[in-house]
Amino acid sequence: MTGAGVVFLTTFLASVVEAIEMVTIVVGVGATRGYRYTLMGAGSGLAVLAVVIGVAGIALAAIPIGPLRLVIGSLLLLFGLQWYRKGIVRVAARGFAGYHGQDPQDGPPTSGGTDWTAAFLAFKGVALEGLEIAIIVVSFGASAGQLGISIVGGAAAIVVIGAAGFAVQQPVARIPRSFLQLVVGTMLTSFGTFWSVEGLGVNWPLSDADIVLLLIFYGLSALTFIGLERRAVPLTPEIVGS
Amino acid sequence: MSKGVRVVVAVARFLYGYIVGDDLAVAVVMVLALAATGVLVANGTNAWWLVPPLAVAMTAINLLRTTQRSQSK
Repeated sequence: MTGAGVVFLTTFLASVVEAIEMVTIVVGVGATRGYRYTLMGAGSGLAVLAVVIGVAGIALAAIPIGPLRLVIGSLLLLFGLQWYRKGIVRVAARGFAGYHGQDPQDGPPTSGGTDWTAAFLAFKGVALEGLEIAIIVVSFGASAGQLGISIVGGAAAIVVIGAAGFAVQQPVARIPRSFLQLVVGTMLTSFGTFWSVEGLGVNWPLSDADIVLLLIFYGLSALTFIGLERRAVPLTPEIVGS
Repeated sequence: MSKGVRVVVAVARFLYGYIVGDDLAVAVVMVLALAATGVLVANGTNAWWLVPPLAVAMTAINLLRTTQRSQSK
């Protein structure tokens, strides 16, 4: 493989990892809260990212990503834990088949107002992951002297994973809301844990693969809690809404 | 109330609901856990193991309290 091929493949694969995280958040939030404001948030994230890239250019490689990861990861962790808890309670009450309707307490505003939660979640996911892709592209491309090829690799990763996210959007929409809230809560909690702790300077033992282990850890914990909840109480509609 | 104040109040409400939600204790403990992780890292300990179990423990405590509240009704 030529030098340009190596640069393309490296930036593509490195960017794919970040793009998967970005698209996972957008599809998960969109399926749970609706795509209108989720995509507006994602679009705003991309716009801010474009401005940052345009202004900073090559200097992007010098941006300290740690503090950004800490702030965004902490917010995702705190919000993700709320959906994680609610998802556990609702799945325990309704089962995994759950229901398909929009939840009046956690769905988007019914009066036509802006769904800031969906927009904010998507914005953060796209802005942080997009920035990480930009830093990968700039730092690797500049050091290899192949910035153009590196940009193509990063852009190709976003297009491919974005298309995959679009393809799974319909199947994801068929998942019951209560179960989807648990899944998205588990994902946000896992990503939030990973980024916030990494932002503090921790080196995860298995690097990005630890996100998968966090998903398994929080997922198994949720299943345990659901089993205990089902044994503990004959659940009532009030507890589901709490 | 002026429009500016209303906007500030609305933003503050949104941020409180987003960050704290329905359980202040969970948010406080998780912020303290992150702070403790920062202190441990500054002292040379790679403390990746602190936040995940605390997040699960605080979820358990929240669920227990919710269950007890529903049983006492």
